[in-house]
Amino acid sequence: MDFSAIRLELVAALIALGLLVFGLLTPRGKREVIGYIAAAAFLGLLALSFLAPGGGGSFQGGLYLDDPLSLFFKRLFITAAFLVSLMSLRFAKSLEESRSEFFSLLGFSLVGMMMLASANDFVSLYIGLELMSLPLVILTAYDRTSGKSTEAGTKYILLSAISSAVLLFGLSLLFGATGSFSYSDTLKALGSVADDPLVVIGSIMVVAGFAFKISAVPFHMWSPDIYEGAPAPVAAFLAVGSKAAGFAALIRLLLFALPASSGDFPLLILSLSVLSMVVGNLIALPQTNMKRLLAYSSIAHAGYILLGLVAASTAGVAAMLYYLVLYLFANVGIFAALSAFGEAGGSSEISSLKGMWKRSPFMAASLLVCLLSLAGIPPAAGFIGKFYLLAEVARQGKLWLAALALVMSVVSISYYISVIRVIVMEKAEDESRIRVSLANKAILAVSVLVTLGMGVFPAPITEWTRAIAGSIVR
Amino acid sequence: MVESAIGLVLAPLASFILISFVTRRAAILSAVISIAAAGISFALSLSLLVGVLSAPAGAGLAAGAHASIQWLSIPSIGRFRGLEIAMGVLVDPLSATMSVIVSLVAFLVTIYSLGYMKGDPGFSRYFSYLSLFAFSMLGLVIADNYFQTFVFWELVGLCSYLLIGFWYAKPSASDAARKAFVTNRWADFAFMVGVILLFIFFGTFDFGQLSSAIAGARGSAMLALVAALVFVGPLGKSAQFPFHVWLPDAMEGPTPVSALIHAATMVAAGVYLIARGFALFQSVPGVMETMAYLGGFTALFAASIALVQKDIKRILAYSTLSQLGYMFMALGVGSMSAGMFHLTTHAFFKALLFLGAGSVIHATEEQDIFKMGGLGKKMKITAWTFVIGALALSGIFPLAGFWSKDEILFASLSSGHIGLYVLGIAVAFMTAFYMFRLIFTAFGGTAFGGTASGGEPTEHAHVHESGPAMTIPLIVLAVLSVFAGLIGSPWFQSAFGFSFGSFIFFGRPEASHLDMTTASISTVVALSGIFLAWLVYGKKLLKAERIAAALGPLYRLLDHKFYIDEIYAWVFAKIMLGLGIVFDWIDHYIVDGLFDGLGGATRALGRKLRLTQSGRLQGYALVIFAAVAIAVVFISTDLLGGFLK
Repeated sequence: MDFSAIRLELVAALIALGLLVFGLLTPRGKREVIGYIAAAAFLGLLALSFLAPGGGGSFQGGLYLDDPLSLFFKRLFITAAFLVSLMSLRFAKSLEESRSEFFSLLGFSLVGMMMLASANDFVSLYIGLELMSLPLVILTAYDRTSGKSTEAGTKYILLSAISSAVLLFGLSLLFGATGSFSYSDTLKALGSVADDPLVVIGSIMVVAGFAFKISAVPFHMWSPDIYEGAPAPVAAFLAVGSKAAGFAALIRLLLFALPASSGDFPLLILSLSVLSMVVGNLIALPQTNMKRLLAYSSIAHAGYILLGLVAASTAGVAAMLYYLVLYLFANVGIFAALSAFGEAGGSSEISSLKGMWKRSPFMAASLLVCLLSLAGIPPAAGFIGKFYLLAEVARQGKLWLAALALVMSVVSISYYISVIRVIVMEKAEDESRIRVSLANKAILAVSVLVTLGMGVFPAPITEWTRAIAGSIVR
Repeated sequence: MVESAIGLVLAPLASFILISFVTRRAAILSAVISIAAAGISFALSLSLLVGVLSAPAGAGLAAGAHASIQWLSIPSIGRFRGLEIAMGVLVDPLSATMSVIVSLVAFLVTIYSLGYMKGDPGFSRYFSYLSLFAFSMLGLVIADNYFQTFVFWELVGLCSYLLIGFWYAKPSASDAARKAFVTNRWADFAFMVGVILLFIFFGTFDFGQLSSAIAGARGSAMLALVAALVFVGPLGKSAQFPFHVWLPDAMEGPTPVSALIHAATMVAAGVYLIARGFALFQSVPGVMETMAYLGGFTALFAASIALVQKDIKRILAYSTLSQLGYMFMALGVGSMSAGMFHLTTHAFFKALLFLGAGSVIHATEEQDIFKMGGLGKKMKITAWTFVIGALALSGIFPLAGFWSKDEILFASLSSGHIGLYVLGIAVAFMTAFYMFRLIFTAFGGTAFGGTASGGEPTEHAHVHESGPAMTIPLIVLAVLSVFAGLIGSPWFQSAFGFSFGSFIFFGRPEASHLDMTTASISTVVALSGIFLAWLVYGKKLLKAERIAAALGPLYRLLDHKFYIDEIYAWVFAKIMLGLGIVFDWIDHYIVDGLFDGLGGATRALGRKLRLTQSGRLQGYALVIFAAVAIAVVFISTDLLGGFLK
């Protein structure tokens, strides 16, 4: 059997297992090193994905695809895992007993995400989904001293189970209608039975399962509670990794497996997108907790990114990919700052960020750039990303949709700027300087550089994403 | 070649970043980094020039190099045309020459600043700004399209603003900075509209593609509109009438900055841009004529104001205006090579004069020339280099200014602009007079302050020559002011087979002229200007006060700079401010009210929606199932016989 198509997954799984074993072998006092080893291993994996990208192909007769799209997403996930493990170094210090498991779970979840990106078959899709979610549940509840963390973990596993149930039910209906688990067979069979109510119900349920993962309205309700309760690095991984994995699966499902362009089906994606943009941005306005604010902002961003699937064209998918990259770095930057702030004893209430400008200019400036990117203000990358998405929707004649997205983006500026106002203009009661660890400084620097780089010089990544989208979209 | 071009731009940028973020507290290190970066830029620009020069004769544009990358690409959306913006590097004789001038002057000025700015609390900040300026200016020089030019154009404007207002605690400095910024904004706005229209009409920003596209559109009204709008940009940046008001005030900045930005390089950017986009302007004769006469007028206008100024830097500032006017005049009568030639020589001798003035100010802490005097004996190097600069500026054979000024006078005569020729001669006379008025007053004489104000001596007893960091750049620039003109002389042409004119003008041969009539007339005129200055201020045979009294109204007019500032102040205070009050009212009551209402409503809606988030798990699960059910019912109605529709 040729394992070359899954070599990155194999290495990732080996890393996760290795961390577990390594943790047991290391004497108790010296376990600090595990976090660094995990980060180094993920960085090595990222390097491997660039140095030996593989020639494409598939595993187990098309069950599993190794194509440019999946490679793109895998790099994204590995980058997220690397940055999140760097971010967790300080948090993991408090976990004397179970430190190695923390990083190991991160690794297993990563394997699940990679499977989701490559799955070309409903069974591998489902296994990937659960492999990604279950470790995330444990990670969410990892802070045993915090009631909120435990509550979040409980909520997450119950709601995950519910959404998985919906998804599985949908899959079984589809299997009943077509008799196959493979994407290509399903699409072929559906060509003839697209007007079958079973297929429609099944497809809707499958989409609903992934709408949950990307936290699109009305399947979004878990995310604010869970972001708030989870440790900041875990929330970051949820916000960027899990969401991107959901999009990876959705792109493939909607373009290659489900009869997404027939009947009223496009309306479903359109409503998900519109509802997410409107509800996410509006509820974000009155938020007073930074993590909850970011949760709603991530809901709204799911809406923007879905615009690419509404367009369902090469340029649309390319714009989604571009946006996911910039979204990753902007969010990781913000969460790294929050986690550094938390380490210094700060809370995640927005009002506690007062006077950040004086207390840590570097952190404040990084937050500023990342928030501006999410708000879509040049020269940060968010502007270019939103522009690509809206331009493609407008090109297809849906001017009202582009206008709506624009209006909602204006609304979003209001809450991002009010955070910036607190950071820059309000005076802190406690003016002591905040010490930012070297690892967090590095994350912030990388996030800011990529965010500004993609905003000032968008061409290279644009061409890259267009090439990928061009290679998969018909 | 492209690599060197990119390197020479990036070196100062690296220095700026390094100084701002790393070495801010280590003042001397910052200066060293800045000097090193300027030195690297200079070395690389020399290598560019050598590369361009060693190309085979007549290679024209092919002698250089052109490379660009896609910066931003926006596909067309239906009827709306997409946007393709490139960032590129264009190396040709013109940009190679200009980058040598810019980086050389920047290098010398940075070294000079080491002495001049010693002990200033903003030492590192100063050098970071200098590096930022070098980056912006060199980026402007090697840009290959109008868009990139505009970006760097704004960046040099920003640096100019930052450096004029460098001593921002001084109200006059921050006012001057704002004045410069606002005045330039007006001009830049027209420039920006012009650049946008260029893209709309021709579909490209690229200089090369534009010059062929323009050839096909000759005589059309839109071309005239575009050319006129783009032309306003250089008018602002090069401070030509009626945008000249900011430059004299810009003298509030540190003197080395005045030398670098407000004499040698940035203000010449307007001239450079016109040379760069010569194809555009040449195709609209009306714009060319306007350019020639506006330039000629500014030359005369500014020179006449310079006659009565007392502040050493302001005299030089008005002189710069006047010389820039010369350059515009040359370009306007169609001689790009004469304009660029004068830009080159002027950069050297005007930077020299400003740095000399800086040396004087540094020593005496005084800017009024009538409170100086006898400095020639105390500051020998400064005085001699200053005299060389003044002779070069006055156009005395065989110094640099002689060759370039003659080239301009000859160009206006041979293109049939007799009026401009006569005007140019008059300006040459005034130039020689005001420069030597300055020299005889400040450097000549024996006692301090002995001439006009009746003498309050001994105040400057401590005056002594500046240190080597300041005198060495002076000497280098003095040497250049003597010899730089020779590259445009007939001797150079006969020795090397080419000259400045033929080299820079896209390979089109344009030989150097030495028209004996023009040369002798301008020399005689300049010498008589110096002689008159000597009579009045050296020998004091003629009393300056008596001349001023005899020409009462005219003197007052000149002293008040033709009341232009007052007119602008009136326009701004009455008309602009009045409009501002009206708009403020509309903004405050109507626009704000509207948007406050909208914002309030949006917020209220957000607060209502927030209530859905109860925190109760059952509710969340219910929403998931309900959403699926609604979606199923909605989408499958058609299939189920449409019972809902």
